[in-house]
Amino acid sequence: MRNNRMKLLPWIVTPSLIVAIIAFWHVFVTARDVNPLIFPPPREVGDALVDLLGEGTMWSAARVTLTEIVAGFLIAVVSGLAVGVVLGKVPWLERSVRPLIVIAQVSPKVAFVPLFVIWFGFDITSKIVLATVLAFFPVMLNVLLGVRSVEQGQREVMRSLNASRSQTFSQLEMRSLMPYLFAGMEVGIVLATIGAIVGEYLAGNEGLGNMVVTAMNSLDAARTFALILVLSLIGLALFLIVNELKRFFIPWHESVYGLQNRDV
Amino acid sequence: MTRVAREARIKGEVARIAMPDNTTTAEPVVSEAGTDTPRLSITDVGRDFHTRNGVIHAVSGIHLEIQRGEFVALIGRSGCGKTTVLRMIGGLLPPTGGVIEVDSKPLWRDGRVDSSAVTKLGFVFQEANLFPWFSVIDNIALPLKLRGVGKRERRTRAKELAELVGLTGFEGSYPRELSGGMRQRAAIARALSTEPDLLLMDEPFGALDALTRERMNLELQRIVLETSSTVVFVTHDIPEAVFLADRVVQMTPRPGRINKILRVDFAKPRDVDLQTTPEFNDIVRSLRHELDEEE
Repeated sequence: MRNNRMKLLPWIVTPSLIVAIIAFWHVFVTARDVNPLIFPPPREVGDALVDLLGEGTMWSAARVTLTEIVAGFLIAVVSGLAVGVVLGKVPWLERSVRPLIVIAQVSPKVAFVPLFVIWFGFDITSKIVLATVLAFFPVMLNVLLGVRSVEQGQREVMRSLNASRSQTFSQLEMRSLMPYLFAGMEVGIVLATIGAIVGEYLAGNEGLGNMVVTAMNSLDAARTFALILVLSLIGLALFLIVNELKRFFIPWHESVYGLQNRDV
Repeated sequence: MTRVAREARIKGEVARIAMPDNTTTAEPVVSEAGTDTPRLSITDVGRDFHTRNGVIHAVSGIHLEIQRGEFVALIGRSGCGKTTVLRMIGGLLPPTGGVIEVDSKPLWRDGRVDSSAVTKLGFVFQEANLFPWFSVIDNIALPLKLRGVGKRERRTRAKELAELVGLTGFEGSYPRELSGGMRQRAAIARALSTEPDLLLMDEPFGALDALTRERMNLELQRIVLETSSTVVFVTHDIPEAVFLADRVVQMTPRPGRINKILRVDFAKPRDVDLQTTPEFNDIVRSLRHELDEEE
């Protein structure tokens, strides 16, 4: 009984909180008579959102943005996994390139957008590159950590069973690093979304980010708000997909079963 | 139980023990051909570790022969090298001197382990070290999977082993859903899955509570008798060693050597009540005194 109530809790609290926030927003802008050009009331944003969803251009722009995010993310996952595994397995290589990794990691990658545009043009390629570059590091660094974190005792089991290198990789290392890969992917999908949108803001001629810039330039705050909502929903949907994949692939891991059984 | 005993046990035969020169009950090594050859033969084995402060002789001058079907316990304080010896027998740590032979075949050659000899061994660690991404049945079947045994066959085998170690009904569970004792049962089943000629156990019940431990000792005795296994069992628990073993090998540290080998002749299977008999306690007491005198 108590368990059931705990499960229902987020389904009740989250919608209530959202309603409360919208109500506060409404009261705030009406009571203080805020200029709707600066901060439109929720009703106007809602109307703008309905209009937006009826526009064919929005859907094709969303498809462009989604393509950039997903392509950048997938390239980042595959390359991050490969580089992370290699660096994790070859310590001398990791040591020699570590300073470069640190430099690349701390450099503000968004600042490279003008260069990406010069190299890859104004179309979706430069946005995919930015999404990839942003999502690559969390994936790669997590995988690297995962390869290093294989339990010594489990390695000894494989040794005592006379396992080959490839068997140790497929039965132990690869499976043991899956939770790390997914941790990197959960950060990576958010960063890929940011990368695609920022790319469109700065150098876009299509996509939702470009529509945001256009709406802002025509001082249409409600439409800007509505577009940001659409972008947030896309980000949320992508995150939930990655989360579902995690539940499917590593049901044995604490981060998955722990959530289900926390209050039992 | 559907398992067939692999080999007839040579029971009641006098175990031949090779002892270091400084011990009292040294016996000459008698070497014979055929099935009488020992399962495991350790000759003058030592292991040095090189550290910043020089060479540490962790283990030196170990002589030991273990017959088929024999249960030998290695006891001693922590740091006496008993685990080091077991890891050398298990193919996990190369000795720096001496020869280890499994069925008259050298296990180590130039610091490299002979993989065909390792396949005859089964190792149970202090931690169960199960793979959390596999169910119990897949954990037990892992060694068979590595050997290319087909899925159906290894599942059938693993099911039998789950029954043998008392895990029926938990085949599909994940390791996290098991208690410590059950995990260790699964680890034992995993080690038995390849029908090893020699089962090596490194304080397998060290992390369990006293009651579970007692039950596991009985279970282990039953499993070993049912499978006619040859076992080397490392523990620091003297009653556990005396209860389980045909011979107790007592080691002393710095450097780790064999100090004394004691036969334990109680009939098998042994009952828990044996542990309260004066005969049992005499043996335990004498071993304990021996360990105390090291100080």
